[in-house]
Amino acid sequence: MQKNLTTRAVIIVVTILLCVIGIIGVPTSKADLIDHLKHNIRLGLDLKGGSRLVMEVQVEDAVKGDGQQTIERLQQAATKQSIVWNSAEVTGLSEPASVDDADHVAIVIKGVNPGKASEFRNLVSTEAPTYILTTLNSTDYSLKLTPSDLSELKKQAVQGAIDTISNRINDLGVAETSVQQYGQSGADYQILIELPGIDDSAHAKEVIGTTAVLSITGVDKQHDTPFTSREDAMAKLGGILPLNEKLVKAKPRVGGQADEWYLVGAIPVITGRDMRSARAGQGDTPRTWQTSFTLSQDGGRKFARFTGDHVGDKLAVILDNDIVNVATINERIEDSGRIMGLSSQEEATDLARYLRSGSLPARVTTVFENSVGPSLGADSIHQGIVSGIAGLIAVITAMLVYYRRSGVNAVLALILNTVVLLAAISYLHAALTLPGIAGVILTIGMAVDSNVLIFERIREELRTGKGTYAAVDTGFNKAWWTIVDTHVTTVVSCAFLFLFGEGPVRGFAVTLTIGLIANVFTAVFVSRTIFNWELSGRRGTEPLSI
Amino acid sequence: MELFKNTNYDFLGKKWPFIIASLVLSVAGLTSIVAKGGLKYGIDFKEGTLIQVKFANPPEDNKIRAAMLQKVKGEVSVQDLSGNGVLNTVEIQTEAKGQGEREMNANQAVMRSVLTDTFGQPGSGKLDLNNTSAEELVNRLRDPLARAGVAMSEQQLQTLVGSILGEINTHHSGLITNFDDLRSVPGMNSGIMNTLQQECYLAPFHVNTAQMVGPKVGAKLRQKALFATLYALAGMLVYIAFRFEWIYGLGAVIACFHDTLITIGLFSLFNKEISMTVIAALLTLVGYSMNDTIVIFDRIRENLKFSRKESLEAVMNRAVNQTLSRTIMTSGLTFLTVIALFIWGGPVLNGFSFALVCGIIIGTYSSVFVASPIVLFWHNYADARRKPAPGSGPAGPKAPTGGPAAPRAETLRKGSTKAVR
Repeated sequence: MQKNLTTRAVIIVVTILLCVIGIIGVPTSKADLIDHLKHNIRLGLDLKGGSRLVMEVQVEDAVKGDGQQTIERLQQAATKQSIVWNSAEVTGLSEPASVDDADHVAIVIKGVNPGKASEFRNLVSTEAPTYILTTLNSTDYSLKLTPSDLSELKKQAVQGAIDTISNRINDLGVAETSVQQYGQSGADYQILIELPGIDDSAHAKEVIGTTAVLSITGVDKQHDTPFTSREDAMAKLGGILPLNEKLVKAKPRVGGQADEWYLVGAIPVITGRDMRSARAGQGDTPRTWQTSFTLSQDGGRKFARFTGDHVGDKLAVILDNDIVNVATINERIEDSGRIMGLSSQEEATDLARYLRSGSLPARVTTVFENSVGPSLGADSIHQGIVSGIAGLIAVITAMLVYYRRSGVNAVLALILNTVVLLAAISYLHAALTLPGIAGVILTIGMAVDSNVLIFERIREELRTGKGTYAAVDTGFNKAWWTIVDTHVTTVVSCAFLFLFGEGPVRGFAVTLTIGLIANVFTAVFVSRTIFNWELSGRRGTEPLSI
Repeated sequence: MELFKNTNYDFLGKKWPFIIASLVLSVAGLTSIVAKGGLKYGIDFKEGTLIQVKFANPPEDNKIRAAMLQKVKGEVSVQDLSGNGVLNTVEIQTEAKGQGEREMNANQAVMRSVLTDTFGQPGSGKLDLNNTSAEELVNRLRDPLARAGVAMSEQQLQTLVGSILGEINTHHSGLITNFDDLRSVPGMNSGIMNTLQQECYLAPFHVNTAQMVGPKVGAKLRQKALFATLYALAGMLVYIAFRFEWIYGLGAVIACFHDTLITIGLFSLFNKEISMTVIAALLTLVGYSMNDTIVIFDRIRENLKFSRKESLEAVMNRAVNQTLSRTIMTSGLTFLTVIALFIWGGPVLNGFSFALVCGIIIGTYSSVFVASPIVLFWHNYADARRKPAPGSGPAGPKAPTGGPAAPRAETLRKGSTKAVR
């Protein structure tokens, strides 16, 4: 018996030590202690403040892009084999396009010479092996991606967006950010982004580049000064937009100058894919700033060809549908260059960020956003702690008054339970959120209940005239199955909540499950050991303080 | 100290007033939900754009509304949240009717700029210190500080800005009205203060929370929370059916359903919003109510092992009486914690603690007056069917005691070996 008790005591002490180390580490000073505590017990966004965004990747963009590239490839190969057609275009996108359109995208090629039908078929099977060719009539054809390639493409688009957004967010220098797939992979095209400490979601969204697809394109040589509006431009162009060119508005700067519209090439010279790196720096003259960049080999070749032909002309850096910068080409640029004469460091940094961020394979749209200011979070924590402590004091007092010495037992078990729970949160690198705290409250409720169940049972047994030792023993044994049933039922429900719920509901389930497992340990194992230890020193006839 | 010793109340004999009360509450709740055209969802489930703004002075709702209506597309509602520990705070919201994500995103930016235009100093070219980010402030102060001759490394500047914003956020709820409030910030000196006042101004408002829920997400969130809860209830039903008997599982789950329904009804009656935290609270109350029910069921099961001649109702009554002390103790203590949370927990936890306050009361009585009677009714019914007693009518629910139709504990045991552990 004594030996058994020692083993139990050792297990308990080791557990407590592990838990305490998990929560506060091994502090050497008071500041150290607070530091460790803050580091180990992470607070969720709802308590600490920060932004939570869900963005949808417009996968139809990626599918459309693939279609356009395929057309280009087919066209090049067809020219070599002297196969011609009247028109080739990507169809199936509604206005405005939605992710569901991705499944309907098709390439329609019209007016292929019927005499070259078999050559055309060969061409498609070698140049566009991922597409299935359907004959519409003797001269027209439709090409669709195979289902497996389509779903692969969509997955890649989402993954690409996750990678790019992660890069951009790392640029922000915020700790503990997370970017992950949201919902079902392959069915939902959404990304969950968590930015602790950033409550200015407008800025965050700008950095993430909600709609950012980067391209660099030439500005029309004849019209390289900005128009004041689309109407102004159309009037000056005589009502006709030149072939392969489009009108793009410059992003308004702070200070609010007049609108500026530029006529630029519809086909970009290079895109974000070609960009290797970019960084901001001081300009050659004081108080000027610049952004230097390097391109990929392939991008460098394309850029060199274009800039060599267009020295003295202007280039526009376009982020999605906004021009963020217009620069004059001073010389032929191969794989590295710089944009000079920027007015502030902020402008240079932002431009570098845009260039560096790479290109999103598809646009992303914010579909959910929640930003909690740090002030609101701080208030909630404060009030939560005050009321939590008030509640706990009331519980402890009531337990001590009602169960006297045995109440001490319950209180110890309760405190230990909380310690184990916090340690588990720390070891699992989970964050404490409001719903998580709900889980903690239910845990404490059930911990109190377990103790009450056991104590009431012991009292009952004592009433039937059993000796102290026998009463404690029977009390624990009888309460055991009740505790198992209540706990397992709750854990079963938590498993379902975790499987089918999301975000906050999951946080609740995790905290509660950990708490309940801890409770079985503290309320039954620890509490019983203390009882046994107390009783081991005396004879069975002495009354128990319960 | 012991409050209840060998009590012997006839709980199940008094079930009808409670069942009627439950029905009345459920119907009242449902009527309120229907009459109000559905539940009032909190910011997490609402589709649309929303910002919560704290003002330095009592906000002029009408002025805000008028300003918003001019610029924002769609309907705008301005709700004053002040009271209950909240000061000068309004919630400005636009409905998502027919809007796509893109319009909603644009709306949020517009809402912010309208606030600045109406209450701030949009033309001054200064930065609003009450609504800025660390990055913006660092960029804003870097050059002016250098010009003013305040020598500072980039690292020091970052730290300074962090302390300034930290002071505003943690000690002034995100909103200061006077630069003097920043005098206590570590590293502050007159040079920095002058630059700060030159470059920044203090708008009399602070945007606390911003939220945008697109039409795709709002519906999905609601659905997921609902289905997760339903699956969880089903899982519990299966486990209890396995450990006891299926009717016990059904009784317990119906009791939980009843608790949730009444609590949601009360939310509608009191015009409170259902937010994600409230969902967490509802899950908590399901767990709590289930726990309570199982403790009583467990005692019934245990008693059935030894009492062969008693009627099921008597066995149940005894079980409830035996566990009465623990029921009062546990419910009472949990109630204490929750009441503390309700009183001092602040606005964010208000809905949460309200749900728990209701839930604990309802959850406790539903174990006795909803879950147990369901089991009893079923056994009465099954018993009456098995041996139709000649001369006595079918076992009506109002006469479960004494009559020949009353089930014996023994007959129950035969049909359910699983009920004995």
